[in-house]
Amino acid sequence: MTLSISLTINGQPKTIALDDPRVTLLDLLRERLYLTGTKKGCDRGQCGACTVLVDGRRMNSCLSLAVSLNGTEVTTIEGLAEGDDLHPVQAAFIECDGFQCGYCTPGQIMSAVGLISEGHAGDDPERVRELMSGNLCRCGAYQGITEAVLEAQRTLKEQKERDAA
Amino acid sequence: MNRFDYICPTTVAEAVAGAAETGSAYLAAGTNLVDLMKIGVARPQRLIDVTKLPGLDAIEWSPDGSVRVGAMVRNADLAYDLRFAENFPAVAEALLSGASAQLRNAATVGGNLMQRTRCAYFQDTASACNRRAPGSGCDALEGDNRLHAVIGWSEHCIATHPSDFCVPLAALDAVVEVEGPQGRRDIPFESFHRLPGDTPEIETNLAPGELILGVRFPAEAARFKAHSRYLKLRERTSYAFAVVSAAAALDLQEGSIRHARLAVGAVAAKPWRIREAEEGLIGGEPTTEAFAKAAEIALAGASPSGDNAFKIELARRIIVRALALAAEGTPRAMPALPGSPFSSASGVSHVA
Ligand SMILES: Cc1cc2nc3c(=O)[nH]c(=O)nc-3n(C[C@H](O)[C@H](O)[C@H](O)COP(=O)(O)OP(=O)(O)OC[C@H]3O[C@@H](n4cnc5c(N)ncnc54)[C@H](O)[C@@H]3O)c2cc1C
Ligand code: SF4
Ligand code: FES
Ligand code: FES
Repeated sequence: MTLSISLTINGQPKTIALDDPRVTLLDLLRERLYLTGTKKGCDRGQCGACTVLVDGRRMNSCLSLAVSLNGTEVTTIEGLAEGDDLHPVQAAFIECDGFQCGYCTPGQIMSAVGLISEGHAGDDPERVRELMSGNLCRCGAYQGITEAVLEAQRTLKEQKERDAA
Repeated sequence: MNRFDYICPTTVAEAVAGAAETGSAYLAAGTNLVDLMKIGVARPQRLIDVTKLPGLDAIEWSPDGSVRVGAMVRNADLAYDLRFAENFPAVAEALLSGASAQLRNAATVGGNLMQRTRCAYFQDTASACNRRAPGSGCDALEGDNRLHAVIGWSEHCIATHPSDFCVPLAALDAVVEVEGPQGRRDIPFESFHRLPGDTPEIETNLAPGELILGVRFPAEAARFKAHSRYLKLRERTSYAFAVVSAAAALDLQEGSIRHARLAVGAVAAKPWRIREAEEGLIGGEPTTEAFAKAAEIALAGASPSGDNAFKIELARRIIVRALALAAEGTPRAMPALPGSPFSSASGVSHVA
């Protein structure tokens, strides 16, 4: 059975023909659209490496069937920077040493973007750690990750205040 | 993963009619079903995607204070809904203690109720498992069973139900609204999930093809809002299933307990409501002695199903502590670590 779905990926509308409904969003992104920035760690919802935004909400792309997301807007790590200008969360991860090998990093960054827009952490590092617990880091860069999230949140808030003024 | 057909109905009637065909399964966010399909534990012939059904994603209040939560409401949206969390704080805390932020953003109310056990042998198709393959045996009986059931288990299956959300639902007399080929009906939450007996493969009292439309909370459940907690012991601080958990809710009037609710999680194949323990608390004062007695009553029928006698004592302590925390009062803000024993409000004894 061939199924046709429409997705907006990093701002670009796409119509995708799926020959098989078994394809997860993660495999669609990596294997068919060659957006390999999103990583596959466990493929079972247990590590967060595959985190992307679907309609602005962070989710595990490994457990979502692509066909079920028909009509949604997907943002991946490739969609964050504007040309050479890094997204504030990307910049903060570099600034705060938020990674070592980098494998978990796209998922961490997408999760951090989601966390900041959800707005439940305030400036409490404990809440940041709790709300980032869905992203494991085998290198143990957690200290830097927590600092990066708080730093990026401050930057984004300042940006917003400047834009409003 | 086996091959399957996929349909995406746009009305409840169409979905229910579609599910009448054998081998069909409803697909919500897929955080449990897709996982089980990948490892060959679930092998549906046809998926009926229920995420586009209209009218199932709302939180609707009635003038009398009762509320109906649609089956497609996402776990995170329910937990962060201000009015809902204010009225049913233990439910919000249980939801936020489960899984991860990403999973809660996707997972639905209906899917959470229907999630399968995390028993490792259930998930391994090379193992004997009566729940997955009726009549094949139960490898957990002689296997790694530290985290298995201590209440209501049978020689046929010793698995637990893994949901956090379901524990306060059992305590608060929630009602599950379903629609099936025979029409609509209500299932009281306590009789929604089943103990294994000699048919562990029948996990709920949902009839084949029945669709969960939503969960209703009676207005009376809000009387506990000032004194409600969910406490969940895990093997790591976050992003882990419960070893044992408890939902405790009290209605205190002039220093004595007018109404009490208590349910324990991760000890049985269903969330375990303990009415006898609740009754023992009513009319008395909220003291540690009273809570200890309630815990004794709650676990009177418990027995280890393997290497897990420790869970009985752990459950006893979690009950006492959850009741003590509830008596102290619902925290003004959601704790930084929801449900965590490491996040308790000051003043409450850390040792029950
Ligand atoms: C790594 C990980 C950690 C987790 N940790 C926790 C935890 O700590 N605590 C916890 O409680 N949960 C935890 N979960 C489980 C999670 O809560 C469930 O996977 C989720 O709630 C399922 O919802 P869903 O919408 O994705 O359901 P799906 O996966 O789509 O469906 C699950 C089941 O429900 C059935 N179903 C779905 N909707 C309906 C309906 N409306 N009517 C009838 N049947 C329906 C499906 O047919 C299927 O059998 C965890 C999951 C993962 C992957
Ligand atoms: S405990 Fe239940 S789920 Fe686990 S192997 Fe035995 S029968 Fe299967
Ligand atoms: S790859 Fe999706 S959570 Fe690990
Ligand atoms: S940086 Fe290596 S896994 Fe996180």
